[in-house]
Amino acid sequence: MQLSTKHLLGIKDLLPSDIALILQTAQQFKEVLQRPIKKVPSLRDVTIVNLFYENSTRTRISFELAEKRLSADTINFTTSSSSLSKGETLLDTVNNILSMKVDMVVMRHSASGAPHFLAQHIPAAIVNAGDGINEHPTQALLDAFSIQEKLGTLKGKKIVLVGDIMHSRVALSNIYLLKKMGAEVMVAGPPTLIPKYIAEALGVKVEYNLQKALQWCDVANVLRIQLERQNQVLFSSLREYNLAYGVSKKLLDGLGKEIIIMHPGPINRGVEIDSDVADGNQSIILNQVENGVAVRMAVLYLLSGRGNS
Amino acid sequence: MQILLTSQQLTLSLNRLSHQLIENIIDWENVVFIGLQPRGIYVSNKIVALIKQLSPKQKIQYGILDITFYRDDVREELHTATKTDIPFSIEGKKVILIDDVLYTGRTIRAALDALQDFGRPQKVELCVLVDRRFNRELPIQPDYCGKAIDSIISQKVKVNWDKEEVVLY
Repeated sequence: MQLSTKHLLGIKDLLPSDIALILQTAQQFKEVLQRPIKKVPSLRDVTIVNLFYENSTRTRISFELAEKRLSADTINFTTSSSSLSKGETLLDTVNNILSMKVDMVVMRHSASGAPHFLAQHIPAAIVNAGDGINEHPTQALLDAFSIQEKLGTLKGKKIVLVGDIMHSRVALSNIYLLKKMGAEVMVAGPPTLIPKYIAEALGVKVEYNLQKALQWCDVANVLRIQLERQNQVLFSSLREYNLAYGVSKKLLDGLGKEIIIMHPGPINRGVEIDSDVADGNQSIILNQVENGVAVRMAVLYLLSGRGNS
Repeated sequence: MQILLTSQQLTLSLNRLSHQLIENIIDWENVVFIGLQPRGIYVSNKIVALIKQLSPKQKIQYGILDITFYRDDVREELHTATKTDIPFSIEGKKVILIDDVLYTGRTIRAALDALQDFGRPQKVELCVLVDRRFNRELPIQPDYCGKAIDSIISQKVKVNWDKEEVVLY
């Protein structure tokens, strides 16, 4: 069994069978992570560079742990300590790194499409760890893994993505993935944060009333308000956003059913989600983080260039 | 296609292996059985069931192990991983590894590697249904063997569990 692609640039390029294979492999890696020695020698001969042109805590640590648990050698690159400030281009930087015999590139960039550009010019396998407002495929995979773990399957489940859909790469990757795996998807948030033709373009439901959206769903994936990507005023204040679209305990208690609460992190407590919800027993936010390592191990293992040489 | 073990011979071999295994068990508390995924578990399921029948009073510790992530041929071919389930400690225990066909010995090498991640066994023994002797690429031999056969590399040995027979083709 093999993936149909050489890189993981986005969920958009994956087949449903690819997604199933990644999730199935992640299941086995999750078991590895419960062992006394949480490490396997699979990628002992592979060197991976983590190129992070944009800040990250969870994703970078998660990738690095996944690489170490697979016995790969890792190099970390962050913009603050690099020659980027001296004017080197992305392609030059990567080619220099690859000339030191690096096999795979994990990369995050603030420009949408940066990994796609790189994929056309370099031979190494690329894993997209988030590119601008385009995609964040490993996040969508770990979200799907976490839902599947909780509900048994994705097929026919109702998932609502709440909040800043416009600027969220997590939202786009999640929509592609959930649709491919047969789930029903709704987006909910203020009209200014939901792209105009999203219903027609991606086949999702759109709801502007949070309570109605939560009433409909099995799982609510609450997204962060990406203030750093908003260059115009899209809502009047964070306090007002919280009043209209913040997921609160009161709102959840009024639904008369139990739904699963997810969040890709980092959380803005008191903005899109209240503390008692984020820390409550319906929340699987920390399970998502835990599953992230297993899912990334699966992706790296399956993309490590096996069967090509 | 040549039949190496008919259904009747297969049953006899499995029975014999079970008796041989029991014969060598001194302390049941300290023995664990581990079947190797994916195909070895058909053999181990049968053997463990037979041992349960023969010694119904004993508590048998039985697990399954997938060695995909420990293979040494990952460069050439990517295999799909299956489930590992070892719900007990193997530290200081006698581990009996069970597989269907022993061929190059590379699967067993990977299994020995994998076992180390679960603890340090006191001893590891190997039980196989079919031993393709003369095809070994590593210094590994079985302690219990259903049938030893001579075969050449281009031939394949398969245990057909639907018809309950072992064939060479």
